[in-house]
Amino acid sequence: MPGATAVEMRELVDSILTRHKKAPSSLIPVLQDLQDELRYLPEDCLTMVAHGLGISPATAYGVATFYAQFSLEPRGKYIIKVCDGTACHVRGSSPLYQAICKRVKLENGKATSKNGLFTVETVACLGACVIAPVVVINDKAYGQMTPEAINLIIDELEKEDGRDQVCKTAS
Amino acid sequence: MSWVLVNGERVALNGEKSLLDVVRKAGIDLPTLCYHPELSVYGACRLCLVEVKGWGIVAACHTPPQEGMAIETNTGELRRLRKIALELILARHDRECTSCSRSGTCRLQELAERFQVHQPRFKNGANGQSHRGRSIDASGPALVRDPNKCILCGECVRICSEWQGIGVLSFSQRGSHMSVSTAFDLPISETECVNCGQCAAVCPTGALVVKSHIDHVWEALHDPEKIVCVQIAPAVRVSIGEEFGLPPGDSTIGRLSAALRRLGADHIFDTSLAADLTVLEETSEFLKRFDAGERLPLFTSCCPAWVKYAEQFYPEYLVNLSTCRSPQQMLGSLVKRYYSGELGVSPKQVVMISIMPCTAKKFEAQRPEFTTGGAPDVDFVITTQELADMIREQGLDYTALPEEPLDEPFAKPTGAGIIFGVTGGVSEAVLRRAYEVLASEPAHAVEFTEVRGFDGLRSCELSFGDRTLRLGVVHGLSNAAALLKEIQAGTVHYDMVEVMACPGGCVGGAGQPLTRGDGRVRRRRGAGLYQGDSEQEVRRAQENPAVTALYQRWLGEPGSAEAHDALHTAYTPRRGNRSGDDGACAEVSSAHTAD
Repeated sequence: MPGATAVEMRELVDSILTRHKKAPSSLIPVLQDLQDELRYLPEDCLTMVAHGLGISPATAYGVATFYAQFSLEPRGKYIIKVCDGTACHVRGSSPLYQAICKRVKLENGKATSKNGLFTVETVACLGACVIAPVVVINDKAYGQMTPEAINLIIDELEKEDGRDQVCKTAS
Repeated sequence: MSWVLVNGERVALNGEKSLLDVVRKAGIDLPTLCYHPELSVYGACRLCLVEVKGWGIVAACHTPPQEGMAIETNTGELRRLRKIALELILARHDRECTSCSRSGTCRLQELAERFQVHQPRFKNGANGQSHRGRSIDASGPALVRDPNKCILCGECVRICSEWQGIGVLSFSQRGSHMSVSTAFDLPISETECVNCGQCAAVCPTGALVVKSHIDHVWEALHDPEKIVCVQIAPAVRVSIGEEFGLPPGDSTIGRLSAALRRLGADHIFDTSLAADLTVLEETSEFLKRFDAGERLPLFTSCCPAWVKYAEQFYPEYLVNLSTCRSPQQMLGSLVKRYYSGELGVSPKQVVMISIMPCTAKKFEAQRPEFTTGGAPDVDFVITTQELADMIREQGLDYTALPEEPLDEPFAKPTGAGIIFGVTGGVSEAVLRRAYEVLASEPAHAVEFTEVRGFDGLRSCELSFGDRTLRLGVVHGLSNAAALLKEIQAGTVHYDMVEVMACPGGCVGGAGQPLTRGDGRVRRRRGAGLYQGDSEQEVRRAQENPAVTALYQRWLGEPGSAEAHDALHTAYTPRRGNRSGDDGACAEVSSAHTAD
């Protein structure tokens, strides 16, 4: 539920905290659930989680910044992970990565496109070297990628998002 | 008897928790940077390495001793490893030592010298490791944080969460990006920091230091238009001598007075006398509540770190806080309200300076409610350490100064006012008054040793006919929080609770000369205050002729409207309540209260 209002965020945090019985030891699962819902961890929510678990906001911030799985910046609807392991690298993952950044119009240094649709990141190895170079978008893997092929896939995703928006407005 | 061999010599074991304790007992000063005897063991600095025969090299701080162990503390390999550890720490440390306020008291500097790390092989700032690029946070009223000098020992992180139970600081990020930071890297003024300064007291380097107000004080002292009044807190007299080689606990109040006069102060007052006033006001308030059974327990309000803590985390107990201002603010208020008038000058012409063992007093003095005629009641607060710096700057030989008296009308406190500087002191001082009122037959009890000592929580019960007065004393805000939880749960009942944030009370304040976690120093300072008390002719606040005169002159009687105006205050909740379960998320917003 990206774009949630303050009240919705509070309700969301409260429901997640209740699910985990407000145990301080459940900080990581709570943050995972929260990020599943919001795609990132907004500062206000992290503070609410900390207060709800009886730990300090600084501790929650420390955990959230320690693990690469957590993001404190808003992330896109589609997370594009470009494998840059050895096999993918020699099969051209760098030009592939550049092409994706250009296609989704990433601005300097940012990982997420301005329209909030795409987040592009590299990973060290996805373990699918046979089909290198590999790109994983959300939970779907695409093998033997080329800049041309990935552009077509991104076209499709943009169309899919357009359909989602229409459905949302209709409902 | 079990023993350990340290460098071939037998050392008897007597319940030591770690090899570090054993080695230090043997008289060998193993170096450490992240170890603090009163905090949990962290084991990050790798300087206390020792070689255990049959085991290899281990960190002594977290290795428990075992019967018959043979350890070496200074082999070629250990020297090499220690030196590398120091070189690596120095690689990302801002090494502008000459202009660092911790130069001379920095443990890293001391160890680099001791282990002759004169030409560290790793360049400052190598491999993109910034050593000067991070911004300094001076947003808070009492503390300055310079991340470029941080060596990630984590002592600040641990004392804030373990001793104070707050956790303003934590480690963030990972690997070479790791740093000690506040939540979301907020400026410290926007966090839940209570300004107790214990983080700065344990910081081995200059990464966390007390904000200096020395320049403002010099400016006031050198301004011929200003009348400079100085007040000296109880705990300062038994510690400042340490800065000049005197033993902790020796009271040097006379020399303090002489030094301040030579620095240019016009009037030198004793905060302990205002503490006597606090005793009368607080006891009067307490007895009213005790008789009515209302708003009990009464919590003391002398400690500004505790007051801010309560405002932040336990707003539901603010009605239980004594409305008495702290002795510092009482004295400031009296000087600006009445004394300046008697001098025939406006409150703005008088500069009130406090010498405090405390960094939170810097924050307290800036609270907007403590002003008279638009001028703050206390203009500047400097710590014991800052005053020692000024005495050195002036070039005075402190040990050679004569003993000089303080100035009327705030010159002669009773023993009750003096013991305010040690945990349990406020309670004992109040009991000396309350006992007299509550006991049916004339009673002149002076010493209530049940509330003395350094246990985290002490309590005592006093019976008066069919009534019982239950008193609790805590130091450390995590101890206070534990007690509050029990009070909330209804498992304990107290009529009065004294809370001091710092270990040992004000004698262990963060403005005091550094002790490096040596609890014995605090104990000796505390003993010095009790000795000062026992040497006073008058030991009960209510018998202080100077205090009686103040009431006659300005205030009427304890609890009067006039006294209320000048000596009492009110509290307001700050931010969310972390104590309750249901309200946990209710009051949190992104708007942080600025201090």
